[in-house]
Amino acid sequence: MVKVHFSAALRHYTGGLSDIEIEAATVGRLINALDERFPGIGAQLSEGTSVAIDGEILPDAEYEELPDGAEVHFLATLSGG
Amino acid sequence: MSRTQVTCTVNGDQVDFLTLDDESLLNALRDEVGLTGVKEGCGTGDCGACSVLLDDAVVCSCLVFAREAEGATIVTVEGMADGDHLHPLQQTFLEGAALQCGVCTPGFLVAAKALLDRNPDPTETEVRYALAGNLCRCTGYDKIVRATLEAARELQEARA
Amino acid sequence: MTVTDEPSTESAGYKYVGTRSIRPDGLDKVTGRAKFGADLTLPGMLEAAVVRSPHAHAEIVSIDTSEAMKIEGVKAIVTGADFPDPAEQGLHPSDQDVANNIIARDKVLYDGHVVAAVAATSRQAARAAAKAVNVTYKVLPHVMNVDEAMADGAALLHPNMKTKGVDPPAEEPSNVASRIVHERGELDQGFANADAVVERTFTTKPVHQGYIEPHACVADTGADGRSNIWVSSQGHFAMRTYTSKVVGVTTSMLKVIPAEIGGGFGGKTVIYLEPLAYMLSKKAGRPVRVVMDRAEVFRASGPASGTKIKVKMGANSAGEITAAEIWMAFEAGAFAGSPVGAAGMTVIAPYDIPHFVVEGFDVVVNKPKVAAYRAPGAPMAAFAVESVVDDLAAEIGMDPIELRLKNAVVEGTEASYGPKFPKIGFVETLDACKEHPNYGEPLGPNQGRGVAAGFWFNAGMNSSATIHVNDDGTVTTVVGSPDIGGSRASMALFTAEELGIGLERIKPVVADTETVGFNDVTGGSRVTLATGQAVVEACRAIKTDLIRRAAKTWKMEADQVEWVDGQAQAKDGSQPPLSLAAIAGKMARTGGPISANASLNARGVGAAFSTQVCDVEVDPETGQVTILRYLTAQDAGRAIHPAYVEGQLQGGVVQGIGWALNEEYVHNDDGVLENPSFLDYRIPVASDLPMIDTIIVEVPNPGHPYGVRGVGEVGIVPPLAAVANAIKAATGKRLVDLPMSPMKVLEAIDGTDS
Repeated sequence: MVKVHFSAALRHYTGGLSDIEIEAATVGRLINALDERFPGIGAQLSEGTSVAIDGEILPDAEYEELPDGAEVHFLATLSGG
Repeated sequence: MSRTQVTCTVNGDQVDFLTLDDESLLNALRDEVGLTGVKEGCGTGDCGACSVLLDDAVVCSCLVFAREAEGATIVTVEGMADGDHLHPLQQTFLEGAALQCGVCTPGFLVAAKALLDRNPDPTETEVRYALAGNLCRCTGYDKIVRATLEAARELQEARA
Repeated sequence: MTVTDEPSTESAGYKYVGTRSIRPDGLDKVTGRAKFGADLTLPGMLEAAVVRSPHAHAEIVSIDTSEAMKIEGVKAIVTGADFPDPAEQGLHPSDQDVANNIIARDKVLYDGHVVAAVAATSRQAARAAAKAVNVTYKVLPHVMNVDEAMADGAALLHPNMKTKGVDPPAEEPSNVASRIVHERGELDQGFANADAVVERTFTTKPVHQGYIEPHACVADTGADGRSNIWVSSQGHFAMRTYTSKVVGVTTSMLKVIPAEIGGGFGGKTVIYLEPLAYMLSKKAGRPVRVVMDRAEVFRASGPASGTKIKVKMGANSAGEITAAEIWMAFEAGAFAGSPVGAAGMTVIAPYDIPHFVVEGFDVVVNKPKVAAYRAPGAPMAAFAVESVVDDLAAEIGMDPIELRLKNAVVEGTEASYGPKFPKIGFVETLDACKEHPNYGEPLGPNQGRGVAAGFWFNAGMNSSATIHVNDDGTVTTVVGSPDIGGSRASMALFTAEELGIGLERIKPVVADTETVGFNDVTGGSRVTLATGQAVVEACRAIKTDLIRRAAKTWKMEADQVEWVDGQAQAKDGSQPPLSLAAIAGKMARTGGPISANASLNARGVGAAFSTQVCDVEVDPETGQVTILRYLTAQDAGRAIHPAYVEGQLQGGVVQGIGWALNEEYVHNDDGVLENPSFLDYRIPVASDLPMIDTIIVEVPNPGHPYGVRGVGEVGIVPPLAAVANAIKAATGKRLVDLPMSPMKVLEAIDGTDS
């Protein structure tokens, strides 16, 4: 089980829900599971999105395994200069 | 368009090259003489990256017509070391980390050399004003000023 | 300042990391031998000139190159028609924007937008031909800032652009590409809890990264479409990928060779000239050099966004910030993609605020497409918030560093953008400034002190490195990250530390796209961390191999051997040690050449904080602001090469000072840039500044083998507000529009500003 937190922009898809506990082994599977629960959210999370897992921000996380009890946030991928 | 021959001394050697009437000394040094140490940062005399010594004066070579170099003595960064012995400024710039990307460095070295040649014991303020015609975007000038003051100290000690 | 062999005290325990070695590329740079982008010549090389739009917004009715082709020496001319159609190629929308920015097809979107390019046997002939290209335009109305672009009935740059991120979804097209929002708690509750509320609107102008080396490249394209491209950039692999998409070939058709780069700061992570050079070379059958002159750099390469930012913040009398309401609009330039997203995530990141709303808009305007500039988006956001935090401190009567300490995020605090912070060093930078003698220096008349803080995430991303051991035991460290800040020195230091050999036995090399594995750009403060991780990993693989070879030589098991101080040693002491040179000399007997590669997507990125203190004196007669003293404290995690870390801190500060006091783009009513030169676009010079005092704070990043945090960017985030706060302290006036040029300062002092 991981705890997913939803930013203000994503709460539009979750009907205002700000976080949820959900079962998922990898980030990719998490996104699929979330999309099943909240239709349309998957498209928001696939492109240009990074994932923070227990505070570590990862830009290409699709196959990243999710440790049990992890705190997950979705963030916009940023570039530096 | 026909080109004129120019004969001058560059870094101690007699050099001949051909130039159009409206070509700059900067481009002549880079394209005809093959010395790419001088850089074009702006082409309008505002950045100092093209600085050379022309008859002992620091000039922006982008503001000098190549034809004006006829009979002149020119020193570029490539002429500052003596064989494999670096000029003290080159050494202090290296040791003091006074360069990052390095594109402004040749211009700064020439301008700093000109300063120390005429004022061997400058204050920090005198160094800053003498180098105000050279732009650097990487360093914030702190280490460049320190390296110039350190080279001045070393040159003074060598003379003592 | 001298080179020291002693490691800095904070790095005690390391033999090489933490020392101030002479950078490996330094000798070439002080002797003029180093080759930058415009320094390469090839036999038969042609020179180029670019035809650019003189209008801010216009339709291209026709382009006639016939007269230009007749000019003696002209060998090739290209227009948009010579390039594949980006929409037809099925490129991703942001790649389509890149392609349309390289060369215009139907419309020009800013003064300086490329319309055509010419290659000829001399610069003079190319320029004459460029002038002879006849372009007919139908001029359109233009929009030059967020107010104009967002107004009802504004002229639209892209007829299909509909704002993303709004609810309900946008139905009508506009110049607003997207909206971002972050929220926490209840704003009304937060302001109700406040004893002091400050509300202000800030504006900043576009500023240029200001690298002294203009963009330059040479392309040598064969008739088969394969090309060698020599370019100074922040990432030759990225240049290769972008260029391949714009010209319509596979990446393997292009070999990109990195020249030394004369400054980038984010502005050279994108392409401008490479596809033009590629196509001209293909058409002409000869190498082509394309160089921007300084006016072109200003007119047509990406500045940082101009912005409008509204901030309302409240704090209680104990100094706790209770609420923040932020509205931001960022100019993206001609195509979508300003850093408003990053601004939204950094704007209040240093503080633990219970109630906030942050809203931001990405707005297109008829200016060049913005490019990254050192912590993109963060400096403007910090200018606004740090100014208001300063005003709150004054209102409640609290020292500005104390107020920040009261609200500072620490390990475990939930960031404003979501996740909890891992180990960070913000408080340490605040304390370092508080305890520094500068903070107690007495101030005289017309003098004032300002404090500001800043945050940047830093990046990890992809890096590859290869280590080769030569037959005499010296080592080549091969990376693919262009060196813009001294990274070759750091890579050599890592190699020395890992293998236990001296720096004189290591040569670091930046290799081309065919000679080293893939690397993301040098930017995002990532190279010491990510490329460093790859170098360390490759070195550790080499050590494992060396141990195996020594064990084979001694007829032992590998676990009975260890690598200590540059030598293989038998753990039981039964054998004289074998040096790297000894093992390398007999490499054929123990398995062949000694080489290892590491390719990785870096993990364990550590964020960086900076606190800065600026002392100014303001001349009440002229409005001139003199920087008396400047102190910057930044958490570097671990300073691998302290002198180059100091250099990054000082460079970022001075760019910020220029941004605060002088730098801006000035456009006339036709949307044409009026100051595309270093004379009228005034960056700081040596006589403007004092020494910049630096404190390297080291709170090691637990995610990196050496504790590294990126240092390149965060230093530019605080200065805009630090200078503004100092001016406020000196004059009593709060300036909210950048730059704070003498005229504006005088107007504020005299009370004649609106």
